[in-house]
Amino acid sequence: MPEQVRDIKRRIRSIKSIQQITKAMEMVAAAKLRRAQEKVVAARPYAREIQGMIQRLLPAVNTITHPLLAPRKSHRVGYVVVTSDRGLCGGFNGHVTRHTQMLLSKEKEYGLITIGRKGRDYFRRRGYQLLAEFVAVGDEPTVAQTREIAQALFDLYEKNLVDEVNLVYMEFISAGKQRPTVARLLPVEAPVSEKLGDGPLLDYFFEPEPEVLLDMLLPRFVIGKIYSGLLESKASEWAARMIAMGAASENAVEMIDGLTLTFNNARQAAITKELSEIVGGADALKG
Amino acid sequence: MAQEERSKHNEFTLEIITPERVVVEDEVESVVLSSPEGYFGILRNHAPFIGGLNIGVLKYRKDGKLHWVASDNGVFEMSGNKLRVMTDAAERGEDINVLRAKQAYERARQRLDERRAGMDYLRAELALKRSLARIKAATGEGQSS
Repeated sequence: MPEQVRDIKRRIRSIKSIQQITKAMEMVAAAKLRRAQEKVVAARPYAREIQGMIQRLLPAVNTITHPLLAPRKSHRVGYVVVTSDRGLCGGFNGHVTRHTQMLLSKEKEYGLITIGRKGRDYFRRRGYQLLAEFVAVGDEPTVAQTREIAQALFDLYEKNLVDEVNLVYMEFISAGKQRPTVARLLPVEAPVSEKLGDGPLLDYFFEPEPEVLLDMLLPRFVIGKIYSGLLESKASEWAARMIAMGAASENAVEMIDGLTLTFNNARQAAITKELSEIVGGADALKG
Repeated sequence: MAQEERSKHNEFTLEIITPERVVVEDEVESVVLSSPEGYFGILRNHAPFIGGLNIGVLKYRKDGKLHWVASDNGVFEMSGNKLRVMTDAAERGEDINVLRAKQAYERARQRLDERRAGMDYLRAELALKRSLARIKAATGEGQSS
């Protein structure tokens, strides 16, 4: 068989093995996405209930001078960008890093904190200074990890290295749709108490004092927010990876179809050529 | 329990919620939890209350049967016959591996006894408290009441 035909055959084989890999990755991503989505849903009540408690507690607190609540004249705006550690997830990291870059370009002074290897590498390569970085969050972010991140943020905030902290992450809307979102972490935006408790203002008893309770609730509220951001980002990452791998598998099918056609044409041409040579030779003998 | 056939008029809702998930969501007859001020008992129609929660064991009664849950620090709120317990971690007694909890307890004890220089004393003590709470929750504190 001529050189050309063998080359095409080799290419078809290599594309087929790539396709096997992308198909497997697509399936793994689909399974991981389901788990990640379940975790997002399971974590929702905590964030919601803590916010409700803060809402009901605030009227009992005399002055809103809590360090985590009091708004500052924002000078240095902190952004915490959540990205993935691994690639092969389509435009996932590109979306969120570009969105962050756009936000940073609007600030006079900012502090940047990255979560995930991709975000760290992206901003480092472009010469951004990072206030802090967290990598290797893993496939399933834990509360313990979140606490570490939150603690670092509280420290930066306390030392006035940032006067406001926002979380930028990919919000999970559906398997086919995710979008970059910004959530305020610090100072805690006092939840608008449009309804104090349910119905009339209940006369609560507090023990310890409301101020102490607020002290306990506010950090937990922030941790809850970061945690759900991490979970949503994870779900978005797996969704993006699933879609990207699905598209790759489809492209492989197209390429194999095209190559198979060329292969058959080439083979046909070779056979025709050989035949005509034989016939030509026989004719010559007849003379 | 002498009064088996209790009416449902003495029940209220108990929710134990951690950052990860809702650990308990049930209609219960009574709850005893450990707060910084000591043990705190709650029955239906308790006045609206927000309080602190300690590392320890939360005990609740449902259909006359006692259940134990190991809880971490947190905050609880009773209002409108709904008790919400927000805690950093919680585990039902029946889900706890007693052997592992005991091992964790021994480890924490050892670390505290050694008193090595530069050790995080507070952290070791918290680990001890947590493991003790888990053992108690798993074994029903040795008795009921």
